[in-house]
Amino acid sequence: MITIGVLVAVSATLVWRRDGASGVLDILIHDLALFGGILPRVLAGCLLGAFIAEILPHDKVSRSLGPDSGLKGLLIGAAFGAILPGGPFTAYPVASALLAVGADFGATIAMVVSWTLIGYGRAVAWELPIMGTDFTLWRIVISLPLPVLAGAFGRFVYVRMYPKSEPS
Amino acid sequence: MSAALLIDIILWGSVAAVGLIAYRCGPKVMTASLREGVLDFVNIVPRIALGVIGSGYIAAVIPQEVITGWLGPNSGWLGVLVAVIAGAATPGGPVVGFSIGAVALRAGGGPPQVLAYVIAWALFAFQRLLLWEIPFMPARFVWFRAAVSVPFPFLAAAIAMAIGKP
Repeated sequence: MITIGVLVAVSATLVWRRDGASGVLDILIHDLALFGGILPRVLAGCLLGAFIAEILPHDKVSRSLGPDSGLKGLLIGAAFGAILPGGPFTAYPVASALLAVGADFGATIAMVVSWTLIGYGRAVAWELPIMGTDFTLWRIVISLPLPVLAGAFGRFVYVRMYPKSEPS
Repeated sequence: MSAALLIDIILWGSVAAVGLIAYRCGPKVMTASLREGVLDFVNIVPRIALGVIGSGYIAAVIPQEVITGWLGPNSGWLGVLVAVIAGAATPGGPVVGFSIGAVALRAGGGPPQVLAYVIAWALFAFQRLLLWEIPFMPARFVWFRAAVSVPFPFLAAAIAMAIGKP
């Protein structure tokens, strides 16, 4: 937090020296608007995470997404990440909730990676208008296998790094 | 109807749906998770404020020519490597990586390199790990996920080179 704060202060000073006060103000106004726009989604994400942690049956989650869930668990995690609505503020609290109720690192990695790379929220809202349709579609097609691979790789490394520990 | 509005509707619809399920488990379950969710929200807002407002300034001082100059179509695997490092170093707001990627494409960056850049940025932009992921998830999980994600931008670039797309 402090590092980032200092970094931001230094960057803002550099912008001020280069573009003057109006440059600093432009960025501030733009980012404040962005911040105001995402706040409701942050709230929705936190509520979604809290509710999911409360209502998901722990034994079922640990069976279908736990360390012994095999390829099916990774596929469920990846599919869940792909259809999960909203921004990072939805995905991260939900991922955290999954970990808390018994999903293993592999399935949760599949979910987070799938949300980042395949989730339509960011692709539709930001990538499509900025990068263009052609690039975005091919990027998503190429990304399709990655969540399951990342989850499998994560699980593979995890059992070797922490051979005796329980899934957290 | 705009895409953003549609996403908001789906999002709040999901919140309402899980809220209803929680309510049917008992009003106590619902109020407890409501309180939990609001507390999370209050804790996280200051960090996000710093992240969102800060990343604009950080992006403004990173010289884009430096990034785009390294990613040309003839840069090969060195270009991919530079792209992955640049992606990790790019601030993690929702638009910054895509904007730089778009500039790189227009300025003559090679598609596999830009692809590797965008995917590396999406998977493990360093600032996002620190500011946006660690507040929400166990730090051990965040670092572990970032570490196992490292090979995948390279894999994506290899697939892009093999099929000649995008």
